[in-house]
Formats: sequence, C-alpha cells, structure tokens
Amino acid sequence: MTSQVSSPSGQAHEARDAGVEAEDAGGGPAGDQRGIPGQHGVDKEVRRLDRVIIRFAGDSGDGMQLTGDRFTSETASFGNDLSTLPNFPAEIRAPAGTLPGVSSFQLHFADHDILTPGDAPNVLVAMNPAALRANIADVPPGGEIIVNTDEFAKRAMAKVGYAVSPLEDGSLEGYRVHPVPLTTLTIEALKDFGLSRKEAERSKNMFALGLLSWMYHRPTEGTENFLRAKFAKKPQIAEANVAAFRAGWNFGETTEEFAVSYEVGPAVTAFPAGTYRNISGNLALSYGLVAASQQSGLPLYLGSYPITPASDILHELSRHKNFGVRTFQAEDEIAGIGAALGAAFGGSLAVTTTSGPGVALKSETIGLAVSLELPLLVVDIQRGGPSTGLPTKTEQADLLQAMFGRNGEAPVPIVAPCTPADCFDAALEAARIALTYRTPVFLLSDGYLANGSEPWRIPETGELPELSVAFATGPNHTLADGSEVFWPYKRDPRTLARPWAVPGTPGLEHRIGGIEKQDGTGNISYDPANHDLMVRTRQAKVDGIEVPDVRVDDPDGARTLVLGWGSTYGPITAAVRRIRKEGGRIAQAHLRHLNPFPRNLGEVLGRYERVVVPEMNLGQLATLLRARYLVDARSHTQVNGMPFKAEQLATALKEAIDD
Amino acid sequence: MTEALQLVPKAQAAQSMKDFKSDQEVRWCPGCGDYAILAAVQGFMPELGLARENIVFVSGIGCSSRFPYYMNTYGMHSIHGRAPAIATGLASSRTDLSVWVVTGDGDALSIGGNHLIHALRRNVNLKILLFNNRIYGLTKGQYSPTSEVGKITKSTPMGSLDAPFNPVSLAIGAEATFVARTVDSDRKHLTEVLRQAADHPGTALVEIYQNCNIFNDGAFEVLKDKQQAEEAVIRLEHGRPIRFGADGAKGVVRDRETGDLKVVEVTPANEADVLVHDAHSASPTTAFALSRLADPDTLHHTPIGVLRSVRRPVYDTLMADQLDAAVERDGKGDLGALLAGSDTWTVIG
Repeated sequence: MTSQVSSPSGQAHEARDAGVEAEDAGGGPAGDQRGIPGQHGVDKEVRRLDRVIIRFAGDSGDGMQLTGDRFTSETASFGNDLSTLPNFPAEIRAPAGTLPGVSSFQLHFADHDILTPGDAPNVLVAMNPAALRANIADVPPGGEIIVNTDEFAKRAMAKVGYAVSPLEDGSLEGYRVHPVPLTTLTIEALKDFGLSRKEAERSKNMFALGLLSWMYHRPTEGTENFLRAKFAKKPQIAEANVAAFRAGWNFGETTEEFAVSYEVGPAVTAFPAGTYRNISGNLALSYGLVAASQQSGLPLYLGSYPITPASDILHELSRHKNFGVRTFQAEDEIAGIGAALGAAFGGSLAVTTTSGPGVALKSETIGLAVSLELPLLVVDIQRGGPSTGLPTKTEQADLLQAMFGRNGEAPVPIVAPCTPADCFDAALEAARIALTYRTPVFLLSDGYLANGSEPWRIPETGELPELSVAFATGPNHTLADGSEVFWPYKRDPRTLARPWAVPGTPGLEHRIGGIEKQDGTGNISYDPANHDLMVRTRQAKVDGIEVPDVRVDDPDGARTLVLGWGSTYGPITAAVRRIRKEGGRIAQAHLRHLNPFPRNLGEVLGRYERVVVPEMNLGQLATLLRARYLVDARSHTQVNGMPFKAEQLATALKEAIDD
Repeated sequence: MTEALQLVPKAQAAQSMKDFKSDQEVRWCPGCGDYAILAAVQGFMPELGLARENIVFVSGIGCSSRFPYYMNTYGMHSIHGRAPAIATGLASSRTDLSVWVVTGDGDALSIGGNHLIHALRRNVNLKILLFNNRIYGLTKGQYSPTSEVGKITKSTPMGSLDAPFNPVSLAIGAEATFVARTVDSDRKHLTEVLRQAADHPGTALVEIYQNCNIFNDGAFEVLKDKQQAEEAVIRLEHGRPIRFGADGAKGVVRDRETGDLKVVEVTPANEADVLVHDAHSASPTTAFALSRLADPDTLHHTPIGVLRSVRRPVYDTLMADQLDAAVERDGKGDLGALLAGSDTWTVIG
C-alpha cells in the first residue's frame, strides 16, 4: 500500500476522509457490518491532538505485539512520525493471567517529529487484571484506561493481588476509565462464524484494535489486507478477525461510552521529501547487510545460532536467498562465527549475529579473525546481562566486552547505530570498515533498537555507498633475487590492510593461522621484535581507520556537553530539547564510532566544562573517555532493562548544568 | 573425474608430489607418524589432478594441525577444535573448492566434538583426516579422549578414569556417510583409503592411527608388527568375506542369538556364514557392529579400511540449489524493491 501525506488529495487523507464522510452516510470503512442496532446516529466530538502515547497490554498469549504492530502500520501509512517500544517476557507463554506474563506494546505518534516511544502512556488498553496492575503506575492521572471487564473475575483478580475489583473500589478515580466487555462483544460479533467460544475469543485483540483505530481515525484497509493475507489458508479465521476488527470500530462509533475521538494529523513538515516506510532495527540491519552485499559485489554469508534478540536477523536474511544470501544455522555460537570466518576466507561478505552471551563464546574466533586480518561483521544485539540476564530487555553493557573481551592485544573497530532506521546505515558503515581494513568489526545494536520501529526514508540504491573490493590477483613482492612472490601480510601503506587472496586464485597459494606471523611473508614467527611490530601494526591499523568527525549540536554556546552512543540518541535528544525549550543551555554529541573514536573527540571534550555521559550500563563509555582523554566525564546510568525516559534524563542533565 | 570433485577446476599440467610441498621446514619430532601421513597425502594429491589453488587444508590446534603449513595449497591453521566449523563455511560458500580438514583426537573429539558430529550429520563436502595417537602431544603428554582407561600420564598419575571414544563408532552414530580407518605406516592402505574418501560426495571421516613416538610410542604396535597384526587387524574390503588371521583362519559371523557380530574360527561348516562386507549398506547397523569388534585396550580385532560409504545429498549442493530455486521462484533479488517493501507513503517537499 502506498499513500501520500503532504497533498490534500493524498490517499492517507482520503482514507481518513472516507471514514468521516461514510459516517454521515451511515456506511464507513467497516462496510456493511457497521453499526450496532439501536445505537445509530450518535454525534461524536472530534478533538485534535499533536501527539498520543498508547500502550496495549495483555497476557503473552493475547496478541498484544501483533495488535501494536498493526496499529503502528496504520499509523505509519497515515504519515505520523512514530516510535515504538515492545516489551515482553522471555517466556513464550508465561502462566496465564500473572504479572510476569504481561506483554505490552507502547506506541508514540505525532504530527511532528518525535524521538522516543514516550515516557508515560496517555492511553492504556488493559486486556486483563494483570495487565492493569503491571502498567497502571506508568499512567499519569487523567489518562484514559480501556479495560476488558470480562476478565475481571474474582479468581483472575486474586491472582495478581486485587482483593476487590479496582474497577469498583475507587482506586482508578482520577483516570478516565472505559469499562468494555471486550471478550463478550467479540464472541457476540462472531456468533455467525460457527467458531468455538475459545476460537472466537482469540479475536478480541482485533476488536480492541478496531476500537482504538476508530478512536484515533486510523486507516483500516491495511489491517484488513494484512489479516486476509496472514490467514490466507484459513479464510474463515481471516474473515472472523476482520469482523472483530470492524465490530471494534463500530462499537466506538456507536456506544456512548466513547464520546470523543481524536485526530493526530500527519507529520507533514517533520520529514524531508521522499518515500517512507516503517521499519524496526533488526529489519533495517538485515536490509543493510543485503545492501552491503550488493554494493560490494560479494555474496553474503551469515553463520548464526538463534539467540534473543538477534534471531530475527537470521530469519529475515534466510528469506532472501534470491540475493545470493547464504544463511547457516550452526550447532552453536562458535560454529556460527567459525563458518562465517571460513566463508570470509573464501571471499564472502561474512557476518555472524548474536547477543552478549554469544559474543562471549565467539571471543576466541574474533581473536583469530584479528590475527588472520579477514573482513567479518560481528553483530551484537545487546540485552541485559550478565550471563543469561534479561533476554528480552535492552542494555548497552557489552561495550567493554566488544572493546577488550579477547586474549592478547586484539583491537576490533566498533560501530553503533543510534535509532532503529539507522541500523541500515550502520550495517553499511561496518561493512565498509571491515572490507577496507580487512578486520572483524563489531556492530553494537541493542534490544530497544532491534524491536523498536520508526519511519524510514527509503534510500534510492544510487545513494548507497560504493563498497567494491579488489581481491589480490598476482604477486605483490619482489625478492632480492628478482623473483616475484606473493606475500599475504604485505600491507597497503595507507590503510595497513593486507591483501585478500581468495582460494581459486592461481599462484597465490598461502597459509595463514593464529600463530604469530612474520611481517610480510606471513610465515610462522616467534621472533620477539617481529611480535612487537605485529602487535603494534594491528593496533595502528585499527587506530588509523578513517571515521567522520563527531558533530556537536550547540546552538547556545553551552558549558555542558551531553555525549551518548547507540540507542540512547532518542531519549537524550528529547531531553536536550526539553532543556532548551525551558531556556537551558546544553550541547549534544553522539558517537557512532566507538573504536576508533573520531579524531576530533578529544578536542570537543576539552571545549566543555562538564561532560555528561548517559548510558544503559554502569559507565563503560565514560571509563573509556576518562582513560583516553583524561576528562572528568560524569556518568548518568540506568540498567533497568528499559530505555531512558526523556523527562528523567532532562532532570538529571539540568542538575549537571546547574551543578 | 570423480563425482565428488566435479565442480573443482582441473590442473592445467601434470602434477608431481613436489608441487604439493610448501617451502616451510617441517617441524614435527623426528620419527613422528605425521611425516608418513604428510608424504602419503603429498604423494596422493597429484592423482586427483585438481588445480592446486582450488585445494584448501584447514586445521585446528595440535601437532597434526600444523599440517596445512606444509602443503603448497591454500590453508588455514585455525583454533582448537573449530576446523570443521570453519571448513563448513568455506565449503558451503565455495562448491568449487576441495576442502580438507586435518585434526587430532583431542582437537576433533574433545574440544571440537560438537563441530565434528554436526559436520558429519550435515554431510558437508569435507574430507576430515583425524590423526589419532591416543595422547595429547603438543601439551606434552596428557591422556586424550581416545586413551585407554587407566592411562598413566602427567595429568592422571593414578590412571585415567574415563572410557575412551571409538572415533569410528562415534562417526557412524553421528550419521556419517563415509567412515574409514587406516594406519600411518601402511602407505598403500592409507593411499587407497584417501582415494575412496576423495571420491566420496559429502563428509568423509578418515581415522588415521598415528604413532607419537615421544609421549605414546608403540600405541599401535600390535597393528603394525607383522606377526601380531595378523591376529589383530581385520582388513575390510567391500564385497569380500571378512576374514583375517593366518591364512584367513578367522572370520566374522553374525551371532544368531543376539544379532551382534562375533569372531570365529572358520570351518567348512561355518564358512558360508562369514559376513561379506557391504560398505554401501543403507543401514549403519552392521558397520557399527564391526566398529565395536575392536578391543579398546588391546586393539585386537581392529577393523581397518572403509567401514561405511553411502550416498546422501551433500549440504553445500543443497544450499546452492536453494539459492537457485529462490531465483527461479522470485527472480533475481532487486534491492530497490526489497527496501521499498509494500507499505509506504510519500512526502512531497
């Protein structure tokens, strides 16, 4: 589906207008099933908002992630700016109705550009008592709460510690509560489908989606198409879901419970011209890898072992075999990177994808790749640690592991994307460094970027960087006796990269390995001076990687700099905006390259009286900055598995400014 | 040319053993069994007639794993236990290569056991030469996963406690399509086994009994000493009755009560019952039973030769076929279309 958002005659407007007009005509996007008898003709107030934060919450089995995804797609195609935060337990189906089993999806959308999924929801959809209990504290007073009253039976409430119903004990005073019997209404709407009660109940998430879609004037066509495609092999289920979705819409339209609906206009001025789509970090990263393969002319080879939250990249890439992409699901993390390294030796653009625990297992092979000086992308979708930690929650605590987590002096460049869509560009950048300098490269994403999504301006293929690689084709060295030979460790004087001579090239047969190599020839060497030279050369190669200077945003001549890296970009930028809006002065910079650091970083740090470094770890970047630049960097840290909230961050930054 | 190597380019000119010797000095202990294996492999390679640049030797860590440095082909001396994984990536991305893995009993069966079994079940086009000397040589003499129980070594002064692996049994259990055993000092037998391994499409595991004259000297003497070998070694040949001993006095028959195999004195009465070796049997049962005849302590009744050689689709070929099938089904990938997806909106400036 394609739509336009800037022109009044654009499809997105049409979709919306069609809804409004149809309302008058008694038809509407929900078509012939629209309307509940006896409740026609309710005049509804429409209010205009500039932004809304909605959180869908329910049991892990209630389909909240799907509901959130669909609402997001509707919102994206409508042309709002948006940012999402899925939040779910590591268990596939935690015990039903319990607090640990609650799964939620938060979506922030606006008529202007926004940077985060929002601190606190304006609207909470709670599918059961557990969802209400787990999320109510996040909803500010005055917020709207839509509850599925059918699930508020005594037992279900007791399970989560409600002795009396929170719907009746006055504890929700101060909120605008909409009690809706979602389950009953869904079953009623589907009574002609011949489904069992249990089957019919399953569609209650689509009823809720329909209701919210009505409340916020979302286009509905995409969801209906999606449902019909998803259940193409079960048309009855597809139609039941569509019917539940429409019933939800009609319920909002007709019931007096919902007197107001809201419009959030497209973010017309927030985006530069172009064609956009909504994209998650893991999808953008996958596309970045495919693009890097196309741009380099090298076949993509992924060696990987399933691990949360990285598995989606394996899934995605395995769908693109027609791009020459080979995906190898290995027996373990070590074999995943081992196979990738083998493919790199053979001339592929080689990638391994994992999360922190997997990186620990791959460390020895990463060291081998450092020694072999072969291009290899190591993608780490960071999650809460140590050990198994919090598999489905986010954290940035693998920075020092990526930086130093190997035996010996084994420097590895590190690139970190800053938003979900940026994962695309970061993957291309990591590939550029790996291919140019013949080195493993860490790409440090995290769970928040991986599963979160935002609008992405789709690049033209002509805009993508050129990554072509020249393999070695012949001798590169002349011996004293005049004979021409191939030296696998003779380096390019500018990049210090060694030649990449792939098997199948006649005359360049050579052996490489993890034992120290003689400079030039690559033969085994235990010579002390040679080892000293090789260790320093490998370090110099990584130190010498050309990366862009860090840019500083400092419109007011501030004395305090906030410096972040990776996925904290959104919350930090939102916090900086708040401070400036209130007249505060603060400079902001964000690092994409963590190794090597941009050349101008020391000079930038030296310009400010105070440097604040917010991180979702206990201060790992701050440690590096202090060690490297002797700067009194202040850490502001959070390790609760969730991204920073902009308001809290703004408060912390203000304290630093005023200190 | 054999089916297994049909995708590998051929040498333009005739090759000799010399062509496969690298310029590096060989640095194994004098008298090491590895020398004989190196010579046999270098001597055999010209027979394959493959372009030297399309041959790759990948190894792990251990004495045997220095092997690639001495072959004038492409090579990688990797890290402990990981050679099968690395070689899998290489072979599955480059069907035009002949990829060989050189490993030892510690490398393949201890630290790298997981990669070995998975390479075998996948049937990647790899030829794995497992040098088994039943000891850790490079770390100076600790017992290995193939050492006999009670082995006295530096790390087991009162004797080792763990039961050894039988690599051939292990490989058969791991769904290997080609499993053979040979001995370092029997160049003719070794070469014949290499020939059949090279000819096999898919993973071939060749266990080579190799003498470590420093830390486990004489471990296989019973199989090498002419007189003792007659009683100890069972030479397997496909299609031939399984007989050994002086004048073939002994034979292998099926025990009618248990279904297992046993060694008997061959008599006119039981001669017809002597098992005929069928390396190509679809079922691995008999090959496994043969592998169990060997006594792990005395090595009596050790079968050598090709125990199992069956056809199964090769992983690398299947992987390449899926790529072709995807192109046929969906057309060649179009990056612009992929990035655009199906749910877009346009902002007009």
